[in-house]
Amino acid sequence: MEQLSGGEMVIRALRDEGVKHIYGYPGGALLHIYDALFQQDDVQHVLVRHEQAATHMADAYARATGKAGVALVTSGPGATNAVTGIATAYMDSIPMVVITGQVMSTLIGEDAFQETDMIGVSRPVVKHSFSVQNPEEIPSIIKKAFHIAESGRPGPVVVDVPKDMTNPTDRFNYEYPKNIKLRSYNPVSRGHSGQIKKAIDMVLDAKRLVIYSGGGVILGDASQELTELAQLLNAPVTNTLMGLGGYPGTDRQFIGMLGMHGSYEANMAMHHADLILAVGARFDDRVTNGVDKFCPTAKIIHVDIDPASISKTIKADVPIVGPAKHVLSEMVSLVKNSKKQPEKGAIDAWWKQIDEWRTRHGGRYLTDDSEKMKPQQVIEMLSKVTGGDAYICSDVGQHQMFAAQYYKFNKPNRWINSGGLGTMGFGLPAAMGVKMNFPDEEVVCVTGEGSIQMNIQELSTISQYNIPLKVICLNNQSLGMVRQWQDMNYESRHSHSYMESLPDFIKLVEAYGHVGMKVDKYEDLEAAMTKAFAMKDRMVFMDITVDPFEHVYPMQVPRGSMRDMWLSKTERT
Amino acid sequence: MRHIISVLMENEPGALSRVVGLFSQRNFNIESLTVAPTEDSTLSRLTVTTIGSDRVIEQITKQLNKLIDVVKVVDLTEGDHVERELMMIKLKASGQMRAEIKRTADIFRGQIIDVTPTTYTVQLTGASDKLDAFIDTLGTAHIMEVVRTGVSGLSRGEKVLSL
Ligand SMILES: Cc1ncc(C[n+]2csc(CCOP(=O)(O)OP(=O)(O)O)c2C)c(N)n1
Ligand SMILES: [Mg+2]
Repeated sequence: MEQLSGGEMVIRALRDEGVKHIYGYPGGALLHIYDALFQQDDVQHVLVRHEQAATHMADAYARATGKAGVALVTSGPGATNAVTGIATAYMDSIPMVVITGQVMSTLIGEDAFQETDMIGVSRPVVKHSFSVQNPEEIPSIIKKAFHIAESGRPGPVVVDVPKDMTNPTDRFNYEYPKNIKLRSYNPVSRGHSGQIKKAIDMVLDAKRLVIYSGGGVILGDASQELTELAQLLNAPVTNTLMGLGGYPGTDRQFIGMLGMHGSYEANMAMHHADLILAVGARFDDRVTNGVDKFCPTAKIIHVDIDPASISKTIKADVPIVGPAKHVLSEMVSLVKNSKKQPEKGAIDAWWKQIDEWRTRHGGRYLTDDSEKMKPQQVIEMLSKVTGGDAYICSDVGQHQMFAAQYYKFNKPNRWINSGGLGTMGFGLPAAMGVKMNFPDEEVVCVTGEGSIQMNIQELSTISQYNIPLKVICLNNQSLGMVRQWQDMNYESRHSHSYMESLPDFIKLVEAYGHVGMKVDKYEDLEAAMTKAFAMKDRMVFMDITVDPFEHVYPMQVPRGSMRDMWLSKTERT
Repeated sequence: MRHIISVLMENEPGALSRVVGLFSQRNFNIESLTVAPTEDSTLSRLTVTTIGSDRVIEQITKQLNKLIDVVKVVDLTEGDHVERELMMIKLKASGQMRAEIKRTADIFRGQIIDVTPTTYTVQLTGASDKLDAFIDTLGTAHIMEVVRTGVSGLSRGEKVLSL
């Protein structure tokens, strides 16, 4: 059997797990591992400029592919810099393995140089964590880490490796386990057939059914099954922020996103539904609005892989624990083989009502209340220029909501955003992680002038690895989302929501060797954007001036029901 | 309502902190907590008493089950069960109080396990409310020190929590 050092085992285990890229930053505790990395070619390392970016790159790779991404960070500050990225992945259930260096095991607890209790610090934001106590455990710990990260409800796993576990002179037998079993961890592989049958009986009896699907459908690779079921039933489908692309965005049956900034028709349909089929969604507070007023006439079927998500905020009438893909395909075959079919008259009446709601609002926005370009126009143009087919990696703020509302996602895994934690600074490294793994696809970072500055140092990494992504910066010269809340709830007292002393982004990106383009007028937008996307081998940063006073609508009225919404600055439901 | 939740988990470093962390992170309350290895040294058994609505208790058991180190979880209060807690209580015992404490300890089936000219230490086992009653009977004026183990419990009959 081959003899390897602990440091070599870390890298070899990653290779044997099929990992091609890892994202990281070296430091004292990792020197042995980086030396092992240097002496092989199978695993490519990407050197970021801040550890947070390494975690977001790994995370976005996972969001685009479904496989766990890997980050490698040193002890102490390296590890704590990674915490935001780990929490981001945790909140959105993204599989990720984060290997953190640690001081020598003999020094742990002595406040050694660059010692942080990373197992303790990360505990509330990981699915699980391991601390290596013996180098021989490294292969099995890494195997377990991937297994836990990717199965069941996915999530990030931290593997903390004290430096003396990777000593080059201590060598051990290396064998990477093919399979791993954990007696205390057995995620469900199928839903309860009795419950599924009960659910379908209700679905076929429903007169006003809404299918509400979330990130679980994307993570669970179930969008095909969801689409088939919805189309068999001729049911309206709404997606959460995390679930966009789970059902084709340009299809007639798609009624838009739901929740705080959901479409008028989606929120109205939810409120008036008699049955809600929730799949891979968790009834989060940004979706339900006031829980006591949530969907008063609806019965609820809730399909989720995580039993703890069911009946956590909203009580389910029919809980189904299982993977979305399995449960939905069972549902499809039950509907296909059922003698009973949905009542046509009722379904037609329901669609008539939904179409009325659709025409009442339909995602309209004003273009004549300002000289400036509207952010919505930019996203609609982006959708047009990229054919609705790009990977859109968003930052956090108004631009994120506009991207979610106005980019029509027809495929899963293409909308990549920090929904649960809402991490400003996610967008650029996320786009980097996707573009490096899908070099032939269009990959766009939609951002704001606030968010982009939270990880702007990565412009340097982009130069080093020549990652020709595109940045669409909706520059409203303000922390727009904060400002909107201040307009609506604090009589427009704009406390610290103004971005003073913005850099000249064009000069800045040029300094890093990229192409910058500034666009101020809508008339110039299409030509400029087309030109930007034609530059296949360059990273292009489009700094687009948009109306600083624009708000995101619809917006639900706090603590109201689903249907209580502001539709514009002057109009309420 | 008060619930006794029993958890069988891997006897691994860090496992206990995950359980305790879960309670504080999710704002669940802990009334008492005990933990020790079982006859199988790779497993630990943890008992936690907590107070919460049905919805909260459902979340507690589900969230505990989600922890990777947790093998099994049961809410003992859902069925017939036995529960015990052990208390050691040090009392000022001089003059008339010496006889009084002895009598009360006998009534509660306690044992005096340490004696000095001025103190008695009484050991008492039973359900938590029995221990509370003993404290109430003697009154806080004579109590020097109290230590309680927290509740341990088992289901009655054939039902067991095992691998
Ligand atoms: C790391 C972090 N800090 C603070 C916030 C709170 N926050 C949410 S949106 C927002 C403003 C974002 O500004 P910008 O990126 O310019 O986007 P805009 O809303 O203007 O489109 C802020 C500060 C956050 N989500 N993340
Ligand atoms: Mg802004």
